[in-house]
Amino acid sequence: MMTNSASQNPAAAGTPAGVPRRAFLRYTGASVALTGLLLAGCDDDSDDVDANLLDVGTGDEGILNYAYALEQLEAAFYAQIKNGTYYKGLPANSAEKQILDDLALHEQAHVNFFKAALGNKAIKELEPDFSQINFNDKGSVLTNAQAFEDLGVAAYNGAGRFIASPTNLALAGKIVSVEARHAALIRDLRQYNSFVASDVVDVFTPTSATSAPGAGSGTGKEKSKRPQEVLATANQFLKSGSKLSATSFS
Amino acid sequence: MDLFKLISDIEKVDPEVYERLDPRRRVFKHFGLAGKAVTAAMLPGLVSGIFQRAYGQTTSLTPEITQVLNLALSLEYLEFYFYDSGLKASNLIPATDRPAFETIRNDESGHIKVLREVLGTAAIADPTRDAFDYTGGKGLLPGPFATVFTDYKIFLGVAQSFVDTGVRAYKGGAPVLMPNKDILESALNIHSVEARHSSHVRTVRRGVELGNATATAVAGDLNNLNKIPKSWISGIDNGGPSPNTTPSTTPVYGAGNPAATYPAENNTTQAGVPIENSAMGITAAAASEAFDEPLDPTTVKSIARNFVKATTTLFV
Repeated sequence: MMTNSASQNPAAAGTPAGVPRRAFLRYTGASVALTGLLLAGCDDDSDDVDANLLDVGTGDEGILNYAYALEQLEAAFYAQIKNGTYYKGLPANSAEKQILDDLALHEQAHVNFFKAALGNKAIKELEPDFSQINFNDKGSVLTNAQAFEDLGVAAYNGAGRFIASPTNLALAGKIVSVEARHAALIRDLRQYNSFVASDVVDVFTPTSATSAPGAGSGTGKEKSKRPQEVLATANQFLKSGSKLSATSFS
Repeated sequence: MDLFKLISDIEKVDPEVYERLDPRRRVFKHFGLAGKAVTAAMLPGLVSGIFQRAYGQTTSLTPEITQVLNLALSLEYLEFYFYDSGLKASNLIPATDRPAFETIRNDESGHIKVLREVLGTAAIADPTRDAFDYTGGKGLLPGPFATVFTDYKIFLGVAQSFVDTGVRAYKGGAPVLMPNKDILESALNIHSVEARHSSHVRTVRRGVELGNATATAVAGDLNNLNKIPKSWISGIDNGGPSPNTTPSTTPVYGAGNPAATYPAENNTTQAGVPIENSAMGITAAAASEAFDEPLDPTTVKSIARNFVKATTTLFV
């Protein structure tokens, strides 16, 4: 199915050198040209395309909008928690109430920041769809809180490579470690000592109990995720018209 | 799309294209695709990734990248031997908490492995346990944390200081790594794990301080952040676990140099945007908690230097 004729390949369009410099740069840099090639060559791989997807855009603005979108989802989730009987039943000075209050404030602060920083380049306010979540049930709330926090950490880590400006990378770094702190505490709240586990971290196993540092299997690294993978999850919690794509980041 | 025609065409202007793409086909392994079918949907990213990998990055490390990674490696050794010593000390870490500290120790060991692999021959030698003085006395005199491996509260306070320093160090180093996207992503994937460690250590401290077996049931105390911190850094945490000792933990949460780039943890303005918002209840404390701050290498070293013997060249 991947048989594309040479005439559809802009690089082969006839110069003696084969690949003009400018065309070559397109291969090394942009997936845009390649996407075009792919669409020209394939006609049976587009059965699940939602024309309604809202694309986050390109360049650093695209990545900042991607982060803004995920923060919007988290902030909306923590705001919604406050309407449920689980949250309403928490004692005023309880740790759980403090945690959920703090998380709501932190995520709202992130949303406000991205909205202000992006200005008129910001994507619209997204409409969440939390119909799968039972906000009256502690288990449902915390399970989803963990999913959102873990997803956020993996998303920021997997998006770092697409950021061009050191300032923007630094800003993402300031936020992702806070998300990781959230994730670890929610995980500990659900199951103590699960702040790091194999679903989110490539756990390192030493060769023996007395191994020298570095001797063993695994890496101890978070499992970062690319935007496509992140959005496949995030879109499950967004209404039609607010579902996202990130076509220039792959 | 005919990938081989494409590569063949590139070969006409770059005879070394096959070398760049790796003749042993490791390139496909890098993408986690070894043995898997490549679907049409994967191809655009895959192909542009291959060419970015082949042409977009230098394989040799710049001196700046080497410095950042060796500082990170030094901090990982500091942490590894610290947790390893704690686990080896009898009657220090309660049975319920041993799994957590084994996890943390092992994570640091994994980070050491990753950093060594990236640095290759440029990696510093293993300084060994003997290089460190976790009492804070530089190997010259008993430091203020002389009971670090007999008093669990002291151990936890020192642990928090190390891990928060590490989080700030990785955050400060990340922009230097930008020329190499894979190394950058590895560092980011270590950075967030360090932040998870910090969160947990802080949670443990809350429980231990109040003698509550269920640490997650204890709220942070804004009036006693030294001993009962939140799982995130609030303001400057009142100077951290031990602000009044020499060495003090205050610099762990303070400003670096220059302060405009490396503000203290109580910073409430990001990229010129004020984060406080009284209408939404975002206080200065909440605004500071929502963003962690980076630290410069010189300040990181000056903090860590207090925990190595004066005779070593670590963190100099």
